[in-house]
Amino acid sequence: MNKPLRRIAIFCGLLVLSLMIRDNWLQYVRADELNASKYNRRVQIERFAHERGNIITADGQTITGSTETSGTDFKYKRVWKDGTMWSPVTGYASQIFDASQLEKIEDSILSGTDNRLFFDRTLSMFTGEKKQGGNVVTTLNSAAQKAAFQGLGDKKGAVAAINPQTGAILALASTPSYDPSVFAGSTNKDSSNYKALLDDKNQPMLNRALRQTYPPGSTFKVVTTAAALENGLYSGIDDPTRSPVPYILPDTAHQPLNNEGNIPCENATLKVALQWSCNTVFGKISADLGNEKMKAEAEKFGFNKQIFNPVRTDASIYPKDNRPQNAMAGIGQASNRATPLQMAMVAAAVANDGKLMKPYMVDQLQAPNVDVLSKTQPEQMSQPMSAANAQKLQKMMEYVVTDGTGKNGQIPGVTVGGKTGTAQHGVDNNGNPYAWFISYAKTGDGSPVAVAVVIEGSDTTRDDIAGGALAAPIARNVMKAVLDSKK
Amino acid sequence: MSVVTNTTTIGAIEAPSRRNTELALLIFAVAIPVFAYANVGLAMTGKLPSGMLGYGLGLGLMAGVAHLVVRKFAKYADPLLLPLATLLNGLGLVLIWRLDQSPRLIQRAKSAWGKFSPDAPHQLLFTAVGVALFIGVLLLLKDHRILQRYTYISMAVALFLLVLPMFFPAVNGAKIWISIPGLGTIQPGEFAKIIIAIFFSGYLMVKRDALALASRRFMGLYLPRGRDLGPILVIWAMSILILVFETDLGTSLLFFGLFVVMLYVATERTSWIVFGLLMSAVGAVGVATFESHVQQRVKAWMDPFACYKTDGACQQIGDAIMSFGSGGTLGTGLGQGNSDLIGFAANADFILSTVGEELGLAGMMALLLIYGLIVERGVRTALAARDPFGKLLAIGLSGAFALQVFVVAGGVMGLIPLTGMTMPFLAQGGSSVIANWALIGILIRISDTARRPAPAPAPSPDAEMTQVVRP
Repeated sequence: MNKPLRRIAIFCGLLVLSLMIRDNWLQYVRADELNASKYNRRVQIERFAHERGNIITADGQTITGSTETSGTDFKYKRVWKDGTMWSPVTGYASQIFDASQLEKIEDSILSGTDNRLFFDRTLSMFTGEKKQGGNVVTTLNSAAQKAAFQGLGDKKGAVAAINPQTGAILALASTPSYDPSVFAGSTNKDSSNYKALLDDKNQPMLNRALRQTYPPGSTFKVVTTAAALENGLYSGIDDPTRSPVPYILPDTAHQPLNNEGNIPCENATLKVALQWSCNTVFGKISADLGNEKMKAEAEKFGFNKQIFNPVRTDASIYPKDNRPQNAMAGIGQASNRATPLQMAMVAAAVANDGKLMKPYMVDQLQAPNVDVLSKTQPEQMSQPMSAANAQKLQKMMEYVVTDGTGKNGQIPGVTVGGKTGTAQHGVDNNGNPYAWFISYAKTGDGSPVAVAVVIEGSDTTRDDIAGGALAAPIARNVMKAVLDSKK
Repeated sequence: MSVVTNTTTIGAIEAPSRRNTELALLIFAVAIPVFAYANVGLAMTGKLPSGMLGYGLGLGLMAGVAHLVVRKFAKYADPLLLPLATLLNGLGLVLIWRLDQSPRLIQRAKSAWGKFSPDAPHQLLFTAVGVALFIGVLLLLKDHRILQRYTYISMAVALFLLVLPMFFPAVNGAKIWISIPGLGTIQPGEFAKIIIAIFFSGYLMVKRDALALASRRFMGLYLPRGRDLGPILVIWAMSILILVFETDLGTSLLFFGLFVVMLYVATERTSWIVFGLLMSAVGAVGVATFESHVQQRVKAWMDPFACYKTDGACQQIGDAIMSFGSGGTLGTGLGQGNSDLIGFAANADFILSTVGEELGLAGMMALLLIYGLIVERGVRTALAARDPFGKLLAIGLSGAFALQVFVVAGGVMGLIPLTGMTMPFLAQGGSSVIANWALIGILIRISDTARRPAPAPAPSPDAEMTQVVRP
């Protein structure tokens, strides 16, 4: 009987071996994946096991904190200072509803589990020091953020401001907003607060600055102008454009494209056309260039792809479309969609002499002892236009502010360039239009700020809704806040 | 004459009994759990646990008495079995005690039953009963071949024990418990495992020739005669019935697997394995088509995270797998993991998750090796046994042990669908720990008989006639 016994012995050995292989598979190969699983409550427990690191503005203000709680699983709870204002930047970190945005992306630093903090962790094991998370230093300017948030007030809308020379995001506001503190804990009240926020039809948890795309309307004419100059359709800003009023859309029998009001658009120069925001001129430019060239130029500005700053920004869309639709897309209508951050990038590229810097909002990651673990270096994302063409566009946009539709963006003693927009949307354009304003301010040593503001209209504002009236004052205050903080 | 003296001298050198090896190993087997106990206390409360002395003395005392009994009554027994079982049992006690300290589990018990009672004291008591049974086996069972007399009584008792839980309400979906008022619950399957191995050994020893030789050859396989197929069909039907009525995949698999292994060893016919595999496949697939409990387990095994939020079975296995993953290579350290997040049966069916999370891959490997070693010593005993009954019984018991370890650990780690069985010695549960001590007792008895030097041959009057005469 010994031969089958030996075989059974081998069989038993194989059973144990298969268990060992399976265990290696679980505990070695899949360990990281299982450890980070969204079902793994340990992630949450670890997130709140120690005092969580903080998110800090560029000017040194701490906008988050931690308080001790009495729960079995979670020792600490996240709190925010002025959470409603900062939530589009920080996101949330709840004991039961996971985390989002910076709180989630930089979670390993904030909760102290990151491998880069290994040395600190090991050291504190011996010194007996309290374990603590690292800090995230952002690029945000608290004065600009405040100006943006207060400017939006109780209107629905968003503001994005960036530094054209580096791409650093200076302000990121969205209204109506939410205070992440109300569902940071794990009580029933936290749950009902969270549910109420999700059910709110005003979508307070939607980050409109990054995650909502709007038709950019006339602000997109800046991109169309850049395309015209880059492709040599017109060489100078004072060249007549040979455009009729009304302009009949291509491939249509007589579908006219009109202007808003009685403005001098017939055969206007580029400069005058931008000054008065002539639909006819820019519709014709877009049609003359064709869909492919327009799309290519828009993509150089960052359209048609998601941007991670490191928080994900929805892709703005310049569509691939037929000729009449393409003409409409050239004036920021049709299927053209852009996020506020995208339009701020358009203004920034113009202000920075044609160089588009990659937007980012995390300046540094710090260890608990404020050693710098990593620092973001500004990098160029693309070059949508030559420096010469950018300077031509600057002249035109500055003319818009001094003599055109953007007078509300003026700041005494500072050169400001801008562009207004009022975007139609909805079936037969019956929705309340969106008021846009994009602008930049310029000082002796380049431009420190470019900003985009969008306001979703409501019935009460329908009459006077226009980028210049509603959005431009907010943009001006944000730019002023940045300029003042430079002094 | 000198040569004759030589032979007597050789006979006079005793075969090594290895009892001192066993004693040395036992010291480690007691010391390691005591250190683990201290480790848990220091990690969880920052000071040495107050029960440490009592625990260490208790475990040491039990191990010492068991060792003395083995030294006296089973002198040539395998020296590894007792220390390995002691180590596993001691570690199990530490793990159960550690989970008793978990605020989460205490809170959970309070909200579910209104009170919390620690399991470790019970387990210590069961361990004492188990060791007593182990000693009883060694004292009463002077020769394992006595068991052969009870072949058919064993069958009746095993059947009775297996059928019994059907008349008791299901606990957590499986009918493997019987509850006796005032005494608590008993898992008769654990005892049936040993008793049925005795029956199989006795039965197969008698029938092996008929089963092995009376067969026809067909397509390279020896097909048994129809009437010889009877027993395997009966056992198969019984394991299917267990599966259907007690909805317990583990017990069913264990009994059928045990029978096939022993049948193969007894007859040396590979065809039995082929038949066995075919029949278990047919049975399992057949039952799975209509038994929702089994379907649920299979679904949870396929992808626990696909149904994690909706299905309790998926959640259990998903939690267990995440617990293993969180342990990583070296583990969090005893008392510092979150394996108590598995609220259900954390210290019973899922106790391995605590090992995986807190002792890590390294600890799991060591633990699996300990189980592997026990099985290896059992198989070695079977190989060394001189009588076919002893061989069959030893391979049956160690095979059942190996299958149980595989079914439980494989289930918890998501290698095979989860079943409701417990890890021998480690998991909380009186029946399990008592029955496994008895199992080790029988193996030790067989190994003692096997390793005992053969009685010196009676001096032969012809001895001098055959001696070589050197010039």
